[in-house]
Amino acid sequence: MTNRVSKGSLFPYCLWILLFVIAPIALIVYYSLLDLEGKFTLSNYQSFFSPAYIKMTFTSFWYAFLITFFTLVISYPTAYLLTKTKHKHLWLMLIIIPSWINLLLKTYAFIGIFGLYGPINAVVEVFGIEPKQILFTDFSFIFVSVYIFIPFMIIPIFNSLDKLNPTLIYAARDLGASSFTTFRRVVFPLTIDGVKSGIQVTFIPALSLFMITRLIAGNQVITLGTAIEQQFLVSQNWGMGSTIAVFLIIIMIIIMLVTGQRKGGRA
Amino acid sequence: MKPLIQATIAIIIVCALLLFAANRLETAGSQGSKDTITVYNWGEYIDPSLIDQFTEETGIQVIYETFDSNEAMMTKVEQGGSAYDVAVPSEYMVQMMIEKDLLIPLDHSKIPNLKNIDPYFLDLAFDPKNKYSIPYFWGTVGIVYNPNLIDDHLTFTTWEDLWDPSLKDKVFLVDGAREVMGMGLNSLGESLNSKDDELLKKATDKLITLSPNIKAIIGDEITPLMINNEAAVALTWSGQAADMMWENEELDFAVPKEGSNLWFDNFVIPKTAANIDGAHAFINFMLDAEISAQNNDYVGYSTPNAAAMALMDPEVIEDERFYPGEDLRDKLEVYENLGLKWLGKYNEYFLKFKMSIR
Repeated sequence: MTNRVSKGSLFPYCLWILLFVIAPIALIVYYSLLDLEGKFTLSNYQSFFSPAYIKMTFTSFWYAFLITFFTLVISYPTAYLLTKTKHKHLWLMLIIIPSWINLLLKTYAFIGIFGLYGPINAVVEVFGIEPKQILFTDFSFIFVSVYIFIPFMIIPIFNSLDKLNPTLIYAARDLGASSFTTFRRVVFPLTIDGVKSGIQVTFIPALSLFMITRLIAGNQVITLGTAIEQQFLVSQNWGMGSTIAVFLIIIMIIIMLVTGQRKGGRA
Repeated sequence: MKPLIQATIAIIIVCALLLFAANRLETAGSQGSKDTITVYNWGEYIDPSLIDQFTEETGIQVIYETFDSNEAMMTKVEQGGSAYDVAVPSEYMVQMMIEKDLLIPLDHSKIPNLKNIDPYFLDLAFDPKNKYSIPYFWGTVGIVYNPNLIDDHLTFTTWEDLWDPSLKDKVFLVDGAREVMGMGLNSLGESLNSKDDELLKKATDKLITLSPNIKAIIGDEITPLMINNEAAVALTWSGQAADMMWENEELDFAVPKEGSNLWFDNFVIPKTAANIDGAHAFINFMLDAEISAQNNDYVGYSTPNAAAMALMDPEVIEDERFYPGEDLRDKLEVYENLGLKWLGKYNEYFLKFKMSIR
């Protein structure tokens, strides 16, 4: 009886997954096998393994890595300090609120902020430094992307830090561990799951960023996301666009597996 | 079991709602009637007071919608979701829509004001005898620049000026494969419709040598940058340049003598049309000399309407930058529809160039 109920209770869930996850992915795979005339072919996959796309995959990876790295470096200490504050949920709220604003709107705001006559250059000028065009550089691209991803990284880390039992820290200190050792041996390993989910929600979207690459990086950074957009909207080569999307999905699955939480071994 | 059934029902309801909404969207548009037409145009591309005037004169209500790329427009027409009665695609898209059988032939007897159009702009290769389309505005691709921010000797009468070493990190390009690859081909003295792999490779190599000068490849965001003196040189369409120069009087515009692109945006009646008579009436109305002159004044692009030009400020129509003389006009080429295979190649080479600029 229990067995039957548990199987049956999966039904709505499976239906949902089938309709809104499996079916779209199957469609993408199907389109990736079509050429411009709508005939079945593997030529799209062949062209993906050309130097241009391989290079693009690596640049996407590199920038996604940089973005995730800086986001983590900023978010972990922030989340840690947040848990120490008095009104931590209020502070967390204040950090999360900007993520409710439309991404494009925030990006446009940065065009003004980074502009030649924007506030940053005005400040720089006070110190007697020539104003410089900050837009359309690697710096501006990474800065804006990190800014956008920070709330998504902070939430899971904050949650795992918040759940951490403080008596474990006291115990470590009692046993003579320095504060650095306590962090390295106790706090960090116990919050690694938060870090992992933070990395997932940052790295995966960072791989396929596309509007920011044009608006903030002026197309100096070309990611897989840009290529997909171009294939669908300009070249109207849905096959090639889908092929790139298939590889993006594969990469995402790999990342999920690598950063996924293990079943055993948890305290 | 109860929550289970509820969850299943919830999913079914969501799907039913989605289907219903999709169905509604599809039928909503096609319920055309005698007294409305739907006009599908580029953003900021008509004097809005003329729409009211048209309604006053004919009693036909106008539903006005806008698009921001030819491809997006064609996709919507192709899906057949809405009953667009008049659309305004560019010339290569007219050709593509004719090939895909998406247009209704125009009845010239219902558009007597066709006689106002300069014959130079009629019967062009993309639509012989104007069977499907009538030009609305035209323009070129050229270079808008701010003389205060660059060396005096650069006037961009030749594409080579873009390669000048003094322009390091100062050039902005528009994010369009046809425009940028076309510029590369033109700078070699070749046709911007070339279908020759060797030539495209050569053009790409030539463009790659331009990399050090390129600051960014962007879209419409270039307009505020030029207006605020943040950018010095940009490859762009003449109409967009006119907008910038309207806001910032320091700017200047040039079409290099090696040649460039000549483009047209054209009235067409898509297959989705529900009020074909109304669509003809609207096109005829817009071609009227006085109406057209007023519209040109508002939009600021170059008009093919000779009768309207006679009514316009002579200073505007004598401006060689936007109404180039015959000798330069002969060097200008209209984009041909390259077909998806070659369009794909242009885009591949453009991507290769984009990846080289850093």
